[in-house]
Amino acid sequence: MTGTGPTLGAPAERREGRQKVTGGARYAAEHPLPGRAHAWPVPATIARGRVTAVDTAAALDLPGVLTVLTHEDAPRIAEPDDPTLAVLQDSRVPHRGWCVALVVARSPEEARAAAGAVRVEYAVEEHDVTLRADHPGVYEPDTANGGYPARREHGDPEGALAAAPVRVDAAYRVPPLHNHPMEPHTSTAHWQGDRLVVHTSSQGTTTVRATLAALFGTPEERITVTAGHVGGGFGSKGTPRPDVVLAVMAARRTGGPVTVALPRRQLPTTVGHRAPTLHRIRLGAGTDGRLTGLTHDVVTHSSRVKEFVEQAAVPARVMYAVPNSRTLHRLVRLDVPTPSWMRAPGEAPGMYALESAMDELAGELGMDPIQLRLLNEPDREPDSGKPFSSRHLTQCLRDGARRFGWAGRDPRPRSHAEGPLLVGTGVAAATYPVLTAPSTAEARALPDGTFVVRINATDIGTGARTVLTQVAADALGAPLERVRTEIGDSDLPSAPLAGGSSGTASWGWSVHDACARLAEALAARPGPLPEEGVTARADTTGRADADSPYARHAFGAHFAETTVDRVTGEVRVRRLLSVYAAGRILNARTARSQFIGGMTMGLGMALTEGSTVDTPFGDFTESDLASYHVPVHADVPGIEAHWIDEEDAHLNPMGSKGIGEIGIVGTAAAIGNAVHHATGIRFRELPLTPDRVLTALTG
Amino acid sequence: MKPFEYLRATTVQEAARALAERPDARCLGGGTNLVDLMKLGVERPGLLVEVNRLPLDTVAELPDGSLRVGATVRNSDLAAHPLVRGRYPALSQALLAGASGQLRNAATTGGNLLQRTRCPYFQDVSKPCNKRTPGSGCGARDGTHRDHAVLGHSDHCIATHPSDMAVALAALDARVELYGTEGARSVPAAEFHRLPGDHPERDTEIRPGELVTGVVLPAATASLPSAYRKARDRASYAFALASVAAVLRLSDDGTVARAGLAFGALAHRPWRASRAEEALRGGPATPDAFAHAVDLELRAARPLRDNGYKVDLARGLALDVLTRLAGPTRT
Repeated sequence: MTGTGPTLGAPAERREGRQKVTGGARYAAEHPLPGRAHAWPVPATIARGRVTAVDTAAALDLPGVLTVLTHEDAPRIAEPDDPTLAVLQDSRVPHRGWCVALVVARSPEEARAAAGAVRVEYAVEEHDVTLRADHPGVYEPDTANGGYPARREHGDPEGALAAAPVRVDAAYRVPPLHNHPMEPHTSTAHWQGDRLVVHTSSQGTTTVRATLAALFGTPEERITVTAGHVGGGFGSKGTPRPDVVLAVMAARRTGGPVTVALPRRQLPTTVGHRAPTLHRIRLGAGTDGRLTGLTHDVVTHSSRVKEFVEQAAVPARVMYAVPNSRTLHRLVRLDVPTPSWMRAPGEAPGMYALESAMDELAGELGMDPIQLRLLNEPDREPDSGKPFSSRHLTQCLRDGARRFGWAGRDPRPRSHAEGPLLVGTGVAAATYPVLTAPSTAEARALPDGTFVVRINATDIGTGARTVLTQVAADALGAPLERVRTEIGDSDLPSAPLAGGSSGTASWGWSVHDACARLAEALAARPGPLPEEGVTARADTTGRADADSPYARHAFGAHFAETTVDRVTGEVRVRRLLSVYAAGRILNARTARSQFIGGMTMGLGMALTEGSTVDTPFGDFTESDLASYHVPVHADVPGIEAHWIDEEDAHLNPMGSKGIGEIGIVGTAAAIGNAVHHATGIRFRELPLTPDRVLTALTG
Repeated sequence: MKPFEYLRATTVQEAARALAERPDARCLGGGTNLVDLMKLGVERPGLLVEVNRLPLDTVAELPDGSLRVGATVRNSDLAAHPLVRGRYPALSQALLAGASGQLRNAATTGGNLLQRTRCPYFQDVSKPCNKRTPGSGCGARDGTHRDHAVLGHSDHCIATHPSDMAVALAALDARVELYGTEGARSVPAAEFHRLPGDHPERDTEIRPGELVTGVVLPAATASLPSAYRKARDRASYAFALASVAAVLRLSDDGTVARAGLAFGALAHRPWRASRAEEALRGGPATPDAFAHAVDLELRAARPLRDNGYKVDLARGLALDVLTRLAGPTRT
């Protein structure tokens, strides 16, 4: 393991920080190529049916309009692995908001105006966009996302629940949620002869390049895809989205560079959403608090376009020692926009339900909710039976309790009021798996004593560029300022995407190995370096993707103090405090930012973020940032992230676990549990907006 | 964007003339709502009359003790004005409860009054809306309407007016000053906005060719106890789910000498609670009397499928604000 020097773990400042705050950092729409055109998608205005005619005449007559692509004349592409990318290939409309035409014009304003002038006629079919647990179309898929089996069973859960002296049987509901990164999905594409250059807002351009190569029949070596700076993704830029396919199509049609910058209002229907989840959780326990039975049944939706199964029952396979269990995912295919990954897919909604149910069980038992969790701590991962590579949930709970001031808490619901405010505290656990993928990297020593590290990693605002430089400097034994890291370009050594909290671990592994090899090579060759320097490469294939005999997960504990206004039903969080055990923390500054960012997003999930399927029309009602309420500063008056020093020799050379997602996992449960403590009312549907809370308080 | 002409007016007369000649003209102040609506294709003006150079950017005390606020005074400046903070706290509080700091720096007094509803169907040109396209239907009635009206709505429109400021103006008995080619006039702020009725496309009583030149806050409500309270989904930068502005003056014997009460986010206009005010006048300033009066007002509420909570919310807000204004000795 590395890390003897002072570099790794230090709170190094973001290397591109100055560029970003002075406007110098260039994003995907900010490549002012000569003659660049701008394209604007025309979304379908029906929820199901076919396009029968597209009249582009009026649009083409408008000033600045270069062309309009429709399903009848758009460039044909090979059938994509991800069917959401098969845009403008046929007349089918699988959901409202599906792209039915693309207007290309000299300016975004002209393209937008012309998009409004395209006349589309449809053959409309009846649509169904309403998710119900008893929907006749409910089915059990083979697998949920991430390749997890849809169903797992151990022992006799029904028998155990029937026999349990203490039981909880509760249904929870998480609405659709939207990623809404600051930078909407954007791509600028340019064909230079038979070469394709694309600047895109993506979490990983190696995948984008491979996808474009397949769709457009162009060898990968003739495609360059860059993502130098990315204004957030939260999963919604993990794989290519229609913007990049449309941009390449339009560039092929016009022969010049074209930018597709998706308008904010088109994001909810175009780039994926967190699918709504209906949960039923049953817990059975002895009077001593030990779990004897657990079932977690999830029903969720996907579109007609593809099967996508939010793996929300998976965390119940990791968390607690219980001999009899069933975890099950079922799906309904509806005429809705296609869901996709959103920060901690599966874990975020699943742990909301599970950790709320654990709180309910603690209430039934008359037991402290921390004590209940300590009591059910497993020796091995319950589902796989594997030992944990490291698991310090109990330490997180204890350390958090101490920092938060949990001791002496009056457990009785509605026991504390301050004037019109009901005050409560709540706790919940967090977990997120350790994922890694093979990566390559290259490190070069130059004669002037500096180093260049090259890897197609992506910094989506996380600090990856900075952290990888720290990993490299540490392995090289060089000061940080002598290492330059090049990322965000598919011409660099290939690397996996920034997703699944796996980026730093996967990239860092290959960066570490390349730098360690380079350090060895330099040590073995005295004297000045040749002009081109000395280079070492690494490829972690076979290691980063090897099966581990260990169950590897990060854990954490969240503590929340909330107030509930009896007059208005407004719930506000006073304090949010979390403690994580996530292996070695590689940069204290950017890690804290990741943790509190996730926690804030979890606060939004609990209290403010909610999307409504507009049943008569088939899309989402909240389609801008004025109506889809992400938390603002005033919603987050006190937030603290702490971590324990966790050593784990079974991970990667840095000893790190992913930290990008765990902050959102369980946060909503901690807040919901605090609201229950404050009010004595158990809310089981998110978000906890004043309409719901006030209705329950007065009802 | 549809091409448009641009006139930077320097006198009120010039602006009024342009508005009268061109029915497709719109006034542009801070642009915080109009420009958004132009991008969405909801507003498609042929002429923008920029009003920022008009001599309407001051707050001035008039000889009778009233306060005239020019139409282009920015929301943040108005909220921070010492005379507003001192004499009309409800107005300052309402302004600060609205939007975000950046928006308040740009938004004007006149523009705040003339902003359009944030009903999602109004803003989405692919969906029906009788306010945007008369006769096209109302998408909200059977769609998403948690945020919509419970009072004074019609079969054609259930939208609410989004302003916080206008609610305080209604409770404070302010008047809206207008100027058109026919001359100047003023209307009570509480009557400036309309109920939707059969013509939801008409938000206000403003006549073709008129512009808002200012708002006058009367001497009669100056320095009276007043307050604004708003409930919302997040702690800042969200439209009201319900809000209330109240003015309360008690007589020496503790009875209500004067009450002004208006609700926001319940109707197509700031809802001046005249029935409640009447019931309060001369009566005791007690929680029971407040509850009785507010219930009288809210009896007219006709909630929709998903917004019944607004009635309880408005009631709670009103009781809370009135009770606080009545002071600790009265409760």
